[in-house]
Amino acid sequence: MIINHPILGPRDAAEFVYLGDAALINRPDGMTASVETFHDYLYLRDNPAGEHRELWYHEQGDRSWLVVTRNTVTHEITKVELARDVARAQGRSK
Amino acid sequence: MRFSALKILKEALTGHKGWQPMWRDPVPQAEYDYVIVGGGGHGLATAYYLAKEFGQARIAVLEKGYLGGGNVGRNTTIIRSNYLLDGNEPFYEFSLKLWEGLEQDFNFNAMVSQRGILNLIHTDAARDAATRRGNAMLLNGADAELLTRDQVRAMYPWLNFDNARFPIKGGLLQRRGGTVRHDAVAWGYARGADMRGVDLIQNCEVTGLRIEGGRIRGVDTTRGHIGARKVGVAVAGSSGKVMSYAGMRLPIESHVLQAFVSEGLKPFIDGVMTFGAGHFYVSQSDKGGLVFGGDIDGYNSYAQRGNLPVIEDVIEGGMALMPAIGRARLLRTWGGIMDMSMDGSPIIDKTHVDGLYFNGGWCYGGFKATPASGWCFAHLLARDEPHKTAAAYRFDRFLRGAMIDEKGQGAQPNLH
Repeated sequence: MIINHPILGPRDAAEFVYLGDAALINRPDGMTASVETFHDYLYLRDNPAGEHRELWYHEQGDRSWLVVTRNTVTHEITKVELARDVARAQGRSK
Repeated sequence: MRFSALKILKEALTGHKGWQPMWRDPVPQAEYDYVIVGGGGHGLATAYYLAKEFGQARIAVLEKGYLGGGNVGRNTTIIRSNYLLDGNEPFYEFSLKLWEGLEQDFNFNAMVSQRGILNLIHTDAARDAATRRGNAMLLNGADAELLTRDQVRAMYPWLNFDNARFPIKGGLLQRRGGTVRHDAVAWGYARGADMRGVDLIQNCEVTGLRIEGGRIRGVDTTRGHIGARKVGVAVAGSSGKVMSYAGMRLPIESHVLQAFVSEGLKPFIDGVMTFGAGHFYVSQSDKGGLVFGGDIDGYNSYAQRGNLPVIEDVIEGGMALMPAIGRARLLRTWGGIMDMSMDGSPIIDKTHVDGLYFNGGWCYGGFKATPASGWCFAHLLARDEPHKTAAAYRFDRFLRGAMIDEKGQGAQPNLH
């Protein structure tokens, strides 16, 4: 798989480390969230067959986190964004 | 259908016109007591033991493709019970004991071959870990032997003992481990279940779960609605999809694992061997091909095929361990979809829906578990309580902080 890095251009997926569903960006507030909320955040996954937004870390490159939109049935990558931009668009400060 | 030497002789002389299908091709009935979703190894074993050991009737197995067309036909055929943790080892030892009696039990040749499995040791720390694991195995009634470097050398003199980075310093051997003809496991269970009246319904994909008032009423399928008193789901990589019909999200991600077979070679590996430093394991099939594999690709996938970097990584592991295979050609590679759980251990449990049961999260280790998984799932379905060896395989272990993390890697599917 080739991941088209928004800054560095096309890079081999082997340069990246995979974390999982991009919903992991939305971590609950540790001071207020219940144990059940954190359990769901940490352990439960949608695990879709088809389009999947997911976090990849460019460990062998510029060490940026990316949100890659990829089809889990065909491995086709349709969109690559900086995770920073995605988080900020959702109202996060960083 | 039954086989005998006399029957083979008779058919040989009469043009092989008298062979019958191994199991019926029944039309689904309107309702069953038990519907098992998934006609792979675990689903077929569940139906077989439900009928045979738990005396239940009116059972159907629904399979979206053909029987045994999923991971039971795509794995590397290894059986073993060399686990460390209390939640795991009694279950896998129960499974190995069932493997030992399986062919007599279902009267079918599954080519169970207890040729031994050897985990290689490369460092002093690894020897300590192997010693601990071996002791845990012995405490649970399994067999384990710690081998010195010379004992390993006597078994496999051509291994790369003096690799500068990962010298071989010994091994942990389980002689009762080995390999099994994987397709024959599905066929044997299917035939045994069919002979006991289980309806094996193929080309029948479940498209919905009918739930009324918190209770399962049946399943919607591509061949119409089928009523059920109890539904057991054993669909491996499709677990997330099927359980989403009950509104459930699972502690599971589906990942692709690749496996490999070389061209046929003369016999030179008579057991199963694992490289403890990289992730590489190998055995030699009866046809002579080296059957080997390594890590999962590491990203969510339903594609049943992987990518080249992992192929390179696995084969590098093989070359580091046994340079002798360098000129062997790779014959085939393929991928299967693993239901990777968060802690690397499976789930056999009830759900929040009355009468709906789940069996999954087997990661890449489901094949060896097939008999015990079927037995324990049948136990849960028939008696509504977990079998004692599967009591730890619960959904709520993540909420309780009671994970069964055999590798100590943390709750991240692609690390197991």
